[in-house]
Amino acid sequence: MTNTIADVEKADVILVTGSNTTENHPVLSAFVKRAVEFKNARLIVVDPRRIKLAGFAHQWLRPNLGTDVAWINGMMHVIIKEDIYDRTFVGTRTEGFEELKKVVEKFTPEYTEEITGIPAQQIIDAARMYAGAKAGSILYCMGITQHTTGTDNVKSLANLAMVCGNLGIEGGGVNPLRGQNNVQGACDLGGLPNVFSGYQPVNSIDAIKKMEEAWGVSGLSDKVGLKVTEMLPKAYNGEFKALYIIGENPLVSDPDLNHAEKCISNLDFLVVQDIFMTETAKIADVVLPSACFAEKEGTFSNTERRVQRVRKAVEPPGQAWDDWKITCEIATRMGYPMSYENPSAIFEEIATVTPSYAGLTYDRIEDEGLHWPCPTADHPGTPILHTAQFPRGRGQFHAIDFIPPAEKADDEYPMYLTTGRVIYHYHTGTMTRKTDGLNERSSGNFVEITPDDAQKHDLKDGDMVNVASRRGDITAAVKFSDKAVEGTVFIPFHFAESAANKLTNAALDPISGIPEFKVCAVRLSKAA
Amino acid sequence: MSEQNRITINGNEFSFEAGETILEVARRNHIDIPTLCHLRGTVSNGECKICVVEIEGEDSLTASCSSPATDSMVVRTESPEVIAARRTTIRQMLSSGNHNCAVRGSDDRDWTQFQLNVQKEDDSSELCPVWGDCRLQDIAYRYQVSGEGFSKTDIPYHTERVNPFIVRDFSRCILCGRCVQACNEIQVNKAIAFGNRETATKIIAAGDRPLKDSDCVFCGECVQVCPVGALVEKDVRYRVRPWETEKVRTTCSYCGVGCQLDLHVKDGKVVKVSGTEDVAPNYGSLCVKGRFGFNFISSPERLTTPLIRENGEFREASWDEALDLVAKRFGEIKEKHGSDTMGLLTSARVTNEENYVAQKFTRAVLKTNNVDHCARL
Ligand code: SF4
Ligand code: SF4
Ligand code: SF4
Repeated sequence: MTNTIADVEKADVILVTGSNTTENHPVLSAFVKRAVEFKNARLIVVDPRRIKLAGFAHQWLRPNLGTDVAWINGMMHVIIKEDIYDRTFVGTRTEGFEELKKVVEKFTPEYTEEITGIPAQQIIDAARMYAGAKAGSILYCMGITQHTTGTDNVKSLANLAMVCGNLGIEGGGVNPLRGQNNVQGACDLGGLPNVFSGYQPVNSIDAIKKMEEAWGVSGLSDKVGLKVTEMLPKAYNGEFKALYIIGENPLVSDPDLNHAEKCISNLDFLVVQDIFMTETAKIADVVLPSACFAEKEGTFSNTERRVQRVRKAVEPPGQAWDDWKITCEIATRMGYPMSYENPSAIFEEIATVTPSYAGLTYDRIEDEGLHWPCPTADHPGTPILHTAQFPRGRGQFHAIDFIPPAEKADDEYPMYLTTGRVIYHYHTGTMTRKTDGLNERSSGNFVEITPDDAQKHDLKDGDMVNVASRRGDITAAVKFSDKAVEGTVFIPFHFAESAANKLTNAALDPISGIPEFKVCAVRLSKAA
Repeated sequence: MSEQNRITINGNEFSFEAGETILEVARRNHIDIPTLCHLRGTVSNGECKICVVEIEGEDSLTASCSSPATDSMVVRTESPEVIAARRTTIRQMLSSGNHNCAVRGSDDRDWTQFQLNVQKEDDSSELCPVWGDCRLQDIAYRYQVSGEGFSKTDIPYHTERVNPFIVRDFSRCILCGRCVQACNEIQVNKAIAFGNRETATKIIAAGDRPLKDSDCVFCGECVQVCPVGALVEKDVRYRVRPWETEKVRTTCSYCGVGCQLDLHVKDGKVVKVSGTEDVAPNYGSLCVKGRFGFNFISSPERLTTPLIRENGEFREASWDEALDLVAKRFGEIKEKHGSDTMGLLTSARVTNEENYVAQKFTRAVLKTNNVDHCARL
């Protein structure tokens, strides 16, 4: 997030898109709801489902799946045409406005309506509302990123925020909500194929030299590595041989699971390090038991870049070890001794090689976490990014045209499927499904559908339905819901036994490598 | 200091900001006015009447939580009148339900029968489930009040146990309204409200239905703010007492909000979770996963020993054997096929330190940049 969570309550307009906030980030959603109910903020929700937050919204825009660039361009068209954009901000803080203007020119409300299905007047109203804000906050999540055009979607939201001067100010910002507790930290600390910790590029000679010195090694690769979504296909055709997986369960979370399973089974050697025997661990060659968050010391970085402590409360079961210790032992046995006295010692090393974490210590974050960048020991942290300038100086507008999603509904597969989560479960369910109460509230998979669509398929609430895509099929119970919208079904992806990701499309965003989980075409039939 | 905006409390003068309540000024200056219903971050409802104070020149006592400080006001927070009023209020509360803790008075002849009735209703022979962790008990002790002398009123509503997380015991509810404020003004789930059923007031959900059939999403905010034993976690009720546990503060391991929470540990096991009060980002709030989704920690299905696949089956192995095997195979593959045929998926689930070590291992030991995590998924 460019801004903090608490900042949301300071916005006078909040635009939420592609985030079912009340279910996936419940505590953060309370900030949004409080802003609306008690602080007079206006709320615009743009989401294909009638999510709970839509009930709090002044405007709910319902776009066709995968048409985000179009409605965002449509809003900017109105804002520029009506001359309600922030001229000062655009003039002094940005570049590339003319190109942007050219691209959004054709996105008249009518043209936008044609693509997105959102009535022209609603686009105009929403544009005026957002542009009218003193401080407008944009919140988004996987509903924006999990598309073949995910990177375009994110850049478009940044365009919208910049056009209205909503960056670098209290209550503003473009705020991605991180779905998993430490995604932010995994990225910050170099769990990415193209950067070391602190986003230092692996193909920069300076960065390589710095790391080689710090780590006492030579010959670090300057070649950008493979993304997870590139490793698997290479495993399938035998070019990729060995994978070490720590705490992930791609055999439920990956798109097009049938194919993913073939890829992973084709590896010469698979090591899985986890707290449970996950679907992925089951096909490993070696399984290593690790400690969970309650059993170790360390830090997590939350979605607002706040680095916070994790503390040990109980002993790990049996012989389970901390993840870092396992990895260090393997390194040592491969001839590169890695040993640390404790996580605090690792954190000290992180601070020495990671500029954005350089000023952080366990002592400083003992009571309340700090927001990175925090470059020096006396730096107070950075709750709001880009207040004076952007990392590259001026903010770059990206002129982006609309590209339709990779798969469209057709005669054979006439319905759309979109996937997500429910409040009572988390990700692939390996943790939440161990709590009986959560299972009692949400016991198994379902296909959310409108009663009308159900009737067309001769389905009643609770019937078992078979859902098929070009890649696979699953069976689950029909659930009537007022969240559902005509022509689209929703299936959560928590449930391995009828995994939604057997259906999803592995088509990738060309830049982020994120698969298009949020749109694919399916066919329904009553299960026998 | 400006001449204006001065208030005298218990003989000492303090300055205040316009809009501050008497309670806020007092608390800021470490004067302890007791409260039961007051809830930070919400509009005070003055419901419980415990925070009453005497204001010079006024006939009746005033609720300090909802009265703004004004210039030249002279306030007494523990005058005989104030204390008498508080004692009456406390006595009424104690006598209004199953407050079977030590303060209710155990020399009363009615006590035996009362205790037996409560035991039957609660199916436990122990004292109240929040005995020793109750604001009403604290305050009754402070003002030396027992519930004796008032005969126990009949309990018009039976305890609700039909959801997996929260027991609603209306007999111990003092109708302070904190839960209603927590649900409506903090979490904004709008699941519960004051309802008037027949003559007795009750906190109701969705037209007086069980929580599980209402808009409740089991965030448990109401449980955390309930000052008495009316709302208690099902798995904690009569099983865990605060003095048996140790609290360890940490960060939630589910979503990216990173809520601060306290793990309550009893006999080496996490038995309860509560939100850490007064710190960012969540200021005590949690969701159902963070508050109730902790059973996985002590699940019997946890992996406890390294496993090696042999002839298609897993067998248990020692750490030495497993680690040697991994190191040997990685070494062989690196040698034979090259570093770039290997990779590591690190995790959004593990700590920053562990992510750092994982990518360092991939880069410095495997000598490839094939490291990623599943945030894309
Ligand atoms: S658990 Fe949460 S949603 Fe349910 S009644 Fe309590 S505060 Fe409201
Ligand atoms: S349930 Fe608890 S918090 Fe709610 S009104 Fe009763 S005593 Fe107060
Ligand atoms: S308690 Fe809920 S909202 Fe808070 S971090 Fe955990 S999962 Fe997220």
